[in-house]
Amino acid sequence: MSIWEYANPKKFMQTSARVLPWLVALTTAFLAVGLVWAFFFTPDDYKQGATVKIMFLHVPAAMMAINAWIMMLVASLIWIVRRHHVSALAARAAAPVGLTFTAIALVTGALWGQPMWGTWWAWDPRLTSFLILALFYLGYMALWAAVENPDTAADLTSVLCIVGSVFALLSRYAVKFWNQGLHQDSTILKVGEKDPLDPAYYLPLVVCILGTVLLFVTLVLVRTRTEIRARRLAALLARERSA
Amino acid sequence: MIALLVRDLRLAVRAGGGFGLGLAFFLLVAVLVPLGVGPEGGTLGRIAPGILWVGALLACLLSLDRLFALDFEDGSLDLLATAPLPLEGAVAAKALAHWLVTGLPLALLSPVLGILLNLPAAGYLWLVVSLLVGTPALSVIGAFGAAVTVGLKRGGLLLSLLVLPLYVPTLIFGAEVVKRGATGAEFATPLALLAAITAGAAALLPFAAAAALRINLR
Repeated sequence: MSIWEYANPKKFMQTSARVLPWLVALTTAFLAVGLVWAFFFTPDDYKQGATVKIMFLHVPAAMMAINAWIMMLVASLIWIVRRHHVSALAARAAAPVGLTFTAIALVTGALWGQPMWGTWWAWDPRLTSFLILALFYLGYMALWAAVENPDTAADLTSVLCIVGSVFALLSRYAVKFWNQGLHQDSTILKVGEKDPLDPAYYLPLVVCILGTVLLFVTLVLVRTRTEIRARRLAALLARERSA
Repeated sequence: MIALLVRDLRLAVRAGGGFGLGLAFFLLVAVLVPLGVGPEGGTLGRIAPGILWVGALLACLLSLDRLFALDFEDGSLDLLATAPLPLEGAVAAKALAHWLVTGLPLALLSPVLGILLNLPAAGYLWLVVSLLVGTPALSVIGAFGAAVTVGLKRGGLLLSLLVLPLYVPTLIFGAEVVKRGATGAEFATPLALLAAITAGAAALLPFAAAAALRINLR
């Protein structure tokens, strides 16, 4: 019994079908509790007022925007090394989800920045690197869509994902060098240090983050199942045509 | 490898090779920007480093799609792949040839355009130096993008979508060297980082590009 058994598409479909309802329920529960708690039962900030609550969407989305790319990188490496099709399809399935999280982070950030910083957009390192990350997602998805042979597409996008990861990291440091930041530092891991996140916000934020992680896993599973079905359908059609 | 380099150079400079097209494009960018921004010397001088770097980058991008496409179509790429020379070496030679016909002339021509854009006098030397150091990275990264998209029928637009985000670090450090050089600030750090990107890209990306070519030739 090893984890690679789940690389078998049949086994993957069976297991994911059994897990999915539970995942959906858990995701809904976490997001509902977290967001309702965050929006209605946390105090307003003394400076930011109610806009502080944008954080409960912004921070989880921004975290998942990066984590989705890391997950794609791992899946791409697994595809290159072990040639498991499910892995390549999971990477493909994760890209639009990651792009959506990036867009959510950018838009909620702009909505928060307008009243707080007095501007929708600033060429701040964090903001700029997120915009660049969105471009990487777009290029990755465009390459998947452009190549016809599925195995060639999986190979090329995997190579692109690996090279892109290096350059995304480089860009992150380059933009830090290029401009001073307006964006505040993260305070989530500052418990016990000076200037920590207030406990009243801490727990609902953690619930929201967990809910977003679950949402990502659920969406990627659903999308991967769709990709596998699409692949099977294509194989059936090809067989029918040749018969 | 040298034979391949000479062949590519010859193909580029002869009629229809597109040599000079990039240069003309670079010149056009430098002419169009003042027309759009307005002729005030102060403004132009301040944005000149960025304009010249973006212009060089776009001029470089312009000739990328023919880097492997012609050889892919007429089958010489298959021959290169089966030749005793490793494909990585062939990629490196082709990227070098691309740099010799685009990046190098761009760097040498850039002071003239610096005059057009009213770049402060202290910046000329650093403009040439930064372009000399940085444009090889543009060629190598572009070779990777061209290798990924070589099998596609209309890969040109996709190529720019893939390659331009990869150009971000090079552009930032390159323009920063010129800006700091022109104003007399400390420029050793961005110059060293720019050189590091070029060296790293030249050392590693031919492997990724060769892998992509092999996938496309399969």
